[in-house]
Amino acid sequence: MSQALSTYNYKVVRQFTVMSVIWGVVGMLVGVIIAAQLVWPELNLGFLHFGRLRPLHTNAVIFAFGGCALMGSSYYVVQRTSHIRLFCDKLAAFTFWGWQLVIVLAAITLPLGYTQGKEYAELEWPIDILIAVVWVCYAIVFFGTIAKRKVTHIYVANWFYGSFILAVALLHIVNSAAIPVSLTKSYSAYAGVQDAMIQWWYGHNAVGFFLTAGFLGMMYYFVPKQADRPVYSYRLSVVHFWALIFTYMWAGPHHLHYTALPDWTQSVGMVFSLILLAPSWGGMINGIMTVSGAWHKLRDDPILKFLITSLSFYGMSTFEGPMMSIKTVNALSHYTDWTIGHVHSGALGWVAMVSIGTIYYLLPRLFGKQEMYSIKLITVHFWVSTIGVVLYIASMWIAGVMQGLMWRSVNADGTLAYSFVESVKVSYPFWGIRFLGGVLFLSGMLIMTYNMFKTMAGGNTEEAPVLVPTGQHA
Amino acid sequence: MESLYLLIPLSVLLVFLIGIVFWWSVRSGQFDDLEGPGYRVLMDDDKPVEISESLQVEDANQARSTSGIVKTDTLR
Repeated sequence: MSQALSTYNYKVVRQFTVMSVIWGVVGMLVGVIIAAQLVWPELNLGFLHFGRLRPLHTNAVIFAFGGCALMGSSYYVVQRTSHIRLFCDKLAAFTFWGWQLVIVLAAITLPLGYTQGKEYAELEWPIDILIAVVWVCYAIVFFGTIAKRKVTHIYVANWFYGSFILAVALLHIVNSAAIPVSLTKSYSAYAGVQDAMIQWWYGHNAVGFFLTAGFLGMMYYFVPKQADRPVYSYRLSVVHFWALIFTYMWAGPHHLHYTALPDWTQSVGMVFSLILLAPSWGGMINGIMTVSGAWHKLRDDPILKFLITSLSFYGMSTFEGPMMSIKTVNALSHYTDWTIGHVHSGALGWVAMVSIGTIYYLLPRLFGKQEMYSIKLITVHFWVSTIGVVLYIASMWIAGVMQGLMWRSVNADGTLAYSFVESVKVSYPFWGIRFLGGVLFLSGMLIMTYNMFKTMAGGNTEEAPVLVPTGQHA
Repeated sequence: MESLYLLIPLSVLLVFLIGIVFWWSVRSGQFDDLEGPGYRVLMDDDKPVEISESLQVEDANQARSTSGIVKTDTLR
């Protein structure tokens, strides 16, 4: 074995981790801008209006911020738990630069209006092909590393990361099937309700595998590491994994309740969504109970605070989600701001917070420091962002339920009690609170960026030596 | 509902593939030990080595110098 294999490839992890923070700031800034556009409509300047910027926001936070955090952390976890350097450095570097290119192309084409019109899959076909190529390379690097691992057991985090990589490849390729008419325009290979079904099969599984399975992989490594305690029940984590991946694929139709989709398909989607509550909560409890017996650590470790709070939000949103998939509840919640609140309870509370905790764990280790530049600033970041999330989701709950109730209320003679614009008018104060919540969350990210650059300054970027696995039986 | 003719076979195929991976993982002993792996992750010391007065860090360095030699033989 050559000498080059005696260290871990930290370079690519470092690149992804730093870019994750940068893209997080960018994506959340766009989010704050579009939140402001709803409160002050005159901010919709020219072509940079809500309709163009909203997909930019979702793509930036999910695929740029979340994607970089997932790819970076998965490269870290798979190396450390396999006790071997990442498979093929060049391919790993390609996944980084390729992914950044995808993000930059998205940032250019979306505001210009080049879109396939599919939620979370807006990018036009040439970019879709680039995504597919980068993703396949990512899979080769990840599974190549697993294949040459030095220990027999594959740690549970790698199972979650692996399923996320495979599922996203499948979802992306099926949903993005399109017939190009020019370089910047294509038509979906499916039509009408077929297209809607494929889209939400993709859309919900993007939530299930990109925003859940991937980040659960993160959780199962970084929560035990930061708490310095083994996961509460390793057995439960294995059950969690298999239960989750066997059931998630079927939940998509709940996005199409009361549409042209056949009734039975909607009901199947609803039932599977309800079943999902069990594995989700199993995982949530498993994560939180990892700190059991060491609860005092939560008092003065802000990184652990981030990780455990993220699990609380995971539990909340995986309870709320199945409830909202029940048809009668959905009749009230669908198309209202409640959905936006639910998404952000998952996206800010769970995905962003678990990523932030992970990044704070990784940064000092990647730059040869013992800890972050300022622990105090992490604590500030924690409180600022927690208050931001709470403001965001509480205002959206109130606005959403109010909108739902107004839209469905009828007068004695059967006419609608309120016009649509009346529901818009009463939503204004809550959109203001949502904007404030977003501003707080964004300022937390700016604090993090400052802390990150201060930690990086004078850092040592030597690669860490590969450690021989302890207590390993052949 | 032509889309279901794609999605349902795809999902069923997927369930079978997942089933095969599950079968392999059980048969190959992935789940024989459901205690140890949780602890082994913690035994992998990933704190960066830094010259410092702190006793804890010195301990970590010592631990690394004794166990950190890269072995070339495969333990699998």
